[in-house]
Amino acid sequence: MTLVIDLLLNPTIQAILKILVIVLGFVMLTGTVLTLMERKWSSAVQDRIGPNRANLGRWRGRGTLHLAADAVKSIFKEDTIPQDADRLIFAIAPFFSLFAAMVVWAIIPVAAPIGSFRFQITDVNIGFLLVFAVTSLGVYGAVLAGWSSNNKYAILGATRSTAQMLSYEIFLGLSLVGVFMVNGSVTVSTIVANQGQYWFGDVIPKWGVFTQPLAFLMFFTAMLAEMKRLPFDAPEGESEIIAGYFLEYSGMRWSAFMLAEYIAIVGSAALTVTLFFGGYQVPWLHGDGFELFGYLLPLPLFIVTALQILAFVVKVVFFCWLVILIRWTVPRFRFDQIMELGWKKMLPLALANMLITAVWLLAWDHWHL
Amino acid sequence: MESQRHLKPLDFGSEPMTIELGPQHPAMHGITRFRCQLDGEVIEKMEADIGYLHRGFEKEAENTTYINVIPYTDRLNYVSPLINNVGYVLAVEKLFQVEVPRRAQYARVIMSEISRITDHLTCNGASAMEVGAMTVFLWFIKAREHLWELVEEVTGARLTTNWTRIGGNANDLPYGFLTMLDERLVKVEEALNEGEALILRNKIFIDRLKDIGILSRERAIEHGFTGPMLRATGVPYDLRRADPYLVYDELDFEIPVGTVGDCFDRFLVRQEEIRQSIRIIRHAVEKLPPGDFHCRDRRVWMPDKYEVFNSIEGLIDHFKIVMEGPKPPPGEAYHAVEGGNGELGFYVVSDGSGHPVKCRVRPPCFNYVAAVPEMTVGHYVADIVPIFGSINMIGGELER
Amino acid sequence: MSEDSAKPSAPETAPDAPAAPPAPEPPPLTRLLQEQFGERVLGHHAQHGDETVSIRREGMRDVFAFLKRDPRCAFDLMIDLTAVDYLPRTPRFEVVYHLKSLTVPHRLRVKVPVEAQAPEVDSIRELWIAADWYERECHEMYGISFKGHPNLKPLLLYDGFEGHPLRKDYPKGRQQPLVPMRPVKERYDYGERFQPVEHPHTPAVTLERQES
Repeated sequence: MTLVIDLLLNPTIQAILKILVIVLGFVMLTGTVLTLMERKWSSAVQDRIGPNRANLGRWRGRGTLHLAADAVKSIFKEDTIPQDADRLIFAIAPFFSLFAAMVVWAIIPVAAPIGSFRFQITDVNIGFLLVFAVTSLGVYGAVLAGWSSNNKYAILGATRSTAQMLSYEIFLGLSLVGVFMVNGSVTVSTIVANQGQYWFGDVIPKWGVFTQPLAFLMFFTAMLAEMKRLPFDAPEGESEIIAGYFLEYSGMRWSAFMLAEYIAIVGSAALTVTLFFGGYQVPWLHGDGFELFGYLLPLPLFIVTALQILAFVVKVVFFCWLVILIRWTVPRFRFDQIMELGWKKMLPLALANMLITAVWLLAWDHWHL
Repeated sequence: MESQRHLKPLDFGSEPMTIELGPQHPAMHGITRFRCQLDGEVIEKMEADIGYLHRGFEKEAENTTYINVIPYTDRLNYVSPLINNVGYVLAVEKLFQVEVPRRAQYARVIMSEISRITDHLTCNGASAMEVGAMTVFLWFIKAREHLWELVEEVTGARLTTNWTRIGGNANDLPYGFLTMLDERLVKVEEALNEGEALILRNKIFIDRLKDIGILSRERAIEHGFTGPMLRATGVPYDLRRADPYLVYDELDFEIPVGTVGDCFDRFLVRQEEIRQSIRIIRHAVEKLPPGDFHCRDRRVWMPDKYEVFNSIEGLIDHFKIVMEGPKPPPGEAYHAVEGGNGELGFYVVSDGSGHPVKCRVRPPCFNYVAAVPEMTVGHYVADIVPIFGSINMIGGELER
Repeated sequence: MSEDSAKPSAPETAPDAPAAPPAPEPPPLTRLLQEQFGERVLGHHAQHGDETVSIRREGMRDVFAFLKRDPRCAFDLMIDLTAVDYLPRTPRFEVVYHLKSLTVPHRLRVKVPVEAQAPEVDSIRELWIAADWYERECHEMYGISFKGHPNLKPLLLYDGFEGHPLRKDYPKGRQQPLVPMRPVKERYDYGERFQPVEHPHTPAVTLERQES
């Protein structure tokens, strides 16, 4: 028995368990369900029913069995590699995308820390910088896939995706500089904890979206571009270059790309929530219960934690829904328009945001200290 | 932006890339093939290659009777089949010099305009989808479904309508059709408004289509453009006003005209034409006179069954029309109707027998596809698709 | 006689029937062309309201240039270009042009009779660029060559197609020989810079392909 407790107290084992629970339990599940929900939500927007045919005997489950059906189909599909393709790179390219999509979850907290136990896999003090450094490797996924496919459409898609992802990573980082300035650190737990504070005496939570609204908009746009979602899905052209960089992929490899994309959606939703919407914070929920205007509703600790996890999940799902809704609403940018939007409009805005934030903080410190 | 497209790249010893927007492509309506030479993403040269849907309409028409050609005409512009039916039959009626009753003419106008709406809805919906707004496409298709149901009420089929006959129509507008028409037009307008609200003022959509694929007015005329493409460049030429046929001179409608001649203008012209068509239909329904749906000319119309079975003249007339086809006097006639795409002309030559000597379709989108390379060179790869979508190339009509 | 030679007639040659009525006054456009080009206008009619003239093949380009540029004609829109095969009759083919003016409200049909041996007419591509593809199609369907057209490759038919299908002596049910599968590798042979007119694996269509 003590062995089990010793194991559980070992931070490495804890990290592994957290990975299993968060990544396998929540992220993979949500990502997979999101593939179905995209089709269902898109059909709701488009006035149709969506997939509802996969069945086990008479039970259809309103389309949920399509997840299993898709998985089975992908596994059994022939794994085609084009004739003159670079086989090694063709094989490993999807995993760059998957890796980049999943590594985001290393630092996302899902609930407030209890004592010294943190509900995040790791809390490195460079926090977000680590994540953005590693997700840059996601560019390789698209590029290597396109290049190794020996197909001109794929190369066009790969070229576009390189330029797009590299450019928008810059704006991603720049738009967050304001957030880091306001919070004074890049450590994730600090940023989330700061969003638990309130203005005007415990009424309005200090969420990132209120302190840095412009940064939120830019961050969201840049995340859409990073994930190559509409309106920024020129690398995946669809009507122009058919599927762009993953044109020649089929079966399980294609599923890997699709899964990477949906996990990236969940991941970017989680990042947005963590940075701008308080992460796991529920408004007016403190460690000992709800507290507003002096009224206190006491709650045991595990209820508070459960509420926080629930709040986190709800917020993440809301942003996934928003990303999917945007896809089915707006048309697609042309590639040079994406570049123009980024470099001519977002860069000045990001710099302006930094400047205004800096000035504001200095003024605040100067006059209110 | 214009000037930047023609900047020469630095000479790295690179070579241009040739891609084929090949016959199988999600955005080549039907099947067309474009071979493009790219410099980065800018198109330097482009060549169009068609002929994947050539089915030999003219050869078939020469080997069959005048009436039997009508089902073939459905399959020409298969998103507006009734306009093809009407066009062909008008040309043959010109040869015969038969008088079509006014009710049949009004019915033809109503059905033609319904077909025109379906054509434009398809074209604009597909344009929107190719630019990325897939929702709008599905909403327009939903609207189009209402119209197909109307067509099905009257003709029995959604696409293979085969409804007009020489001298009239196959059947009259059925009972209850006009009420259904009213209801469905309201729903079409709703879907149209919703779709427009989503994309028409959307900056992304406008940026994708504005100033893309511009062809000046003079060049368009030299290329033989007619229809919405020519109207988008600013020429108010509409066959329904210039050479009125059927009863268009008694109906009031306006001709939407663009200014620049880019893809956005074409999109807007088609949108407005849908609304004008709805206006025409409503006006025609008001003015619909009672009467017969077919002229009773025995040269072209089979007699009633009572006569066929009870009189020898009826039997012989019926037999001759079925076996040898109606026989127009020798001559030639060209009649053009305003199709969804432009001037759809039928040139029929007769030598007095039941088979046409020549039955030529003048396809409106032939000229447009021939002009696509000229319109696209200098733009980006991503612009091929909006340009090609704005043309409304229908494979059946292009290649017959 | 000017009327009959332009109209397609019934196969049985009806001799001149009793006292033909006096030929009506030719319409103004026809009169204009007759004044300008005199005996190059072979015939005319205005059956069913479609004004039609037949002109001689030689010098047809001048006639078309006149039709396009003269402000009284002003035919800026070339509507259609096709050919008709009247097989037992000579001249066998007739190339038919439909023209329309956007400024003056009139249309015209121009017919150019062409005989069966070495059927050739001038190309009007420099006048109306629209004629480019129409002439290609007419050439592949009938075998009529258009002098001066730079690229008379088949448009609608695939390469390997033998014959001219819209001719009356081409039976509708004729089977074409099967075209062998072209090897894929050839397609990626970019030895030289891309030549847009001649695709690597399409044999050049020569104009000797006239007699079927």
